[in-house]
Amino acid sequence: MTSTIPPFDITNLPDDRGRFGEFGGSYAPVTLIPAVEELRTAYNDIREDPDFHVELESLLKNYVGRPTPLYFAPGLSEAIGGPKIYLKREDLVHTGAHKINNAVGQGLLAKKMGKPRIIAETGAGQHGVATATVCAKMGLECVIYMGELDVERQALNVARMRLLGAEVRSVTSGSRTLKDAMNEAIRDWVTNVDNSYYLIGSVAGMHPYPMMVRDFQSVIGRETREQIREVEGRLPDSIVACVGGGSNAMGIFHPFLEHTEVELHGAEAAGDGVGTARHAATLSAGVIGVLHGSRSYVLQDADGQISEAHSISAGLDYPGVGPEHSYLRDAGRATYHPVTDTEALEGFKLLCKTEGIIPALEPAHAIHLAGTLAKDMTSDQIMIINLSGRGDKDMHTVTEALGVMS
Amino acid sequence: MTTATTPSRISQAFADLAARGEKALMPYVTVGHPLKESTLEIVPALVEGGATMIELGIPFSDPLADGPTIQRSGYQALQNGVTMEFCMETARQLRQQGVEVPLILMGYYNPVLRYGLERFVADSAEAGIDGFIIPDLPPDESAELAELSQAYQRDLIFMVAPTSRDQHIASLSGRASGFVYCVSVTGVTGARDDVSASLSGFLSRVRSALDLPLAVGFGISTPEHVQEIGRDADGVIVGSALISRLDEADPADAPAVAREFMRYLRGNA
Repeated sequence: MTSTIPPFDITNLPDDRGRFGEFGGSYAPVTLIPAVEELRTAYNDIREDPDFHVELESLLKNYVGRPTPLYFAPGLSEAIGGPKIYLKREDLVHTGAHKINNAVGQGLLAKKMGKPRIIAETGAGQHGVATATVCAKMGLECVIYMGELDVERQALNVARMRLLGAEVRSVTSGSRTLKDAMNEAIRDWVTNVDNSYYLIGSVAGMHPYPMMVRDFQSVIGRETREQIREVEGRLPDSIVACVGGGSNAMGIFHPFLEHTEVELHGAEAAGDGVGTARHAATLSAGVIGVLHGSRSYVLQDADGQISEAHSISAGLDYPGVGPEHSYLRDAGRATYHPVTDTEALEGFKLLCKTEGIIPALEPAHAIHLAGTLAKDMTSDQIMIINLSGRGDKDMHTVTEALGVMS
Repeated sequence: MTTATTPSRISQAFADLAARGEKALMPYVTVGHPLKESTLEIVPALVEGGATMIELGIPFSDPLADGPTIQRSGYQALQNGVTMEFCMETARQLRQQGVEVPLILMGYYNPVLRYGLERFVADSAEAGIDGFIIPDLPPDESAELAELSQAYQRDLIFMVAPTSRDQHIASLSGRASGFVYCVSVTGVTGARDDVSASLSGFLSRVRSALDLPLAVGFGISTPEHVQEIGRDADGVIVGSALISRLDEADPADAPAVAREFMRYLRGNA
């Protein structure tokens, strides 16, 4: 049963080649190899640099608004029945989603590396907004790639990015969503590698991105661990987070990996259902492959062509997943569950009504999953949901979907 | 491991060209573009026009090292129903038709991985394919494919770019075979107006580190480019400029267009 767990410390991955077991690595086009190596070296330097961490912590506190509350949700707990449910309120940070934690960290790094121009991809627009925000604050040029379909359904975030001074480039190739935005961002990086820094928003891409983004996001889990110990005097029984590329989930999971008594659950976007052609449940239905520079589970056809993902939530609409999630899945340390569009909308409505909190559609998947998992839990147990972002950006999508459905 | 007793078809082709004081002209075509069966007619026409080796592109849904022209051709090929099996079958038929120049498969790693690395190399060998270029498979991740390629006596061709560090280039020694694919510019594939001024210095860096023929690709579209690059390199690779011409032509004229374009690049138009 443990044969897939290599004999090294699960909390201390990846290895120096960027491997999480058989996953990860660095499948970079040749032009980018030196840039990726430069980034690796620069990141290793700042990882050990106390001055960098002082600067980062000050920004997280005074600019981002950390620590975020760990809120006991009595209404949701009662409605669901079973465990005490806490929400980690990443929706309350500046810009409205956890993406800012990573954008601030990498923005600082880019500045230290002397790169004046930032490129980023975005799906829901939250990472794009976070990146544009950091660029505005730090005086960096900012180009955001966003699939044409996402530009349409996340118009509010497009307007925010433009106000913040970013150039938003609409990507018309392929499925016109996150994966195509990432292709285009990589092409830009290949072309402008001398002066540009590619600020990836998820725990995907070539080494060191999956590790670095996780490190910047793990502030979520570190705070959570401290907060729950303070209020409950112990660790939770389970943690639930949504997984697209998987950055908010990795952020809250990682500090808990060593605490094996804490169950870790990921909610994947199952779109119309995993049995249909329209979903984004990579860990539930994918096959091991290589996409965007790392080896991980990938939604693909029998010929190795990448499938077009589908989810009502633009932030989960991605046919790949971070390599560390693939590793945790195969190692049995985390469990991943598909949640459909319809179920996510139920989760969305439930949190609105029971707590007066409008979640983003991404964590709405986690809320629904929490309801399912809670059925097997008791009132003396504790569950934490990572509420990764707020729902303002999704008003258009939700009103349209609920209008059609009701 | 000792070198194979017989040189590969690619090495032999470069040696023969060098003996005659000529340069390799290596067009890239996407298999199954513009029509599914086009490649079977385009490749012989390219050879007639003066092509000395052929790159057969395996279409991929997410070609992140390619510019818009090759992206579109791949999309078209996928629409036409091209699969890895079909690419193998195309090579097999080209050999049956009597095409003798080296055939090199160029494609992204995921379809190769999905097909199965050993099956990919074994089927390629059986189909008469001489080598592979995988733009998103850097040397550090390529051990398994390199071993299989050696076992089946196929060449695994690596790319180097102007940004590549000397130590990276040197690390290819003993691993790379066939030739070295020198990316002429910092960027994705696609025709450009001018050859980079720093190309000559880049090529001499590669030349001093590796004892293999050098072929230059990315952005080459005119006989002037071919001439200029031919002074420092052993061959040129032409992709997007050819694909654009095939896109503009009536599919029935594609072979003639391909042949004429090779002649034009050779300066024999």
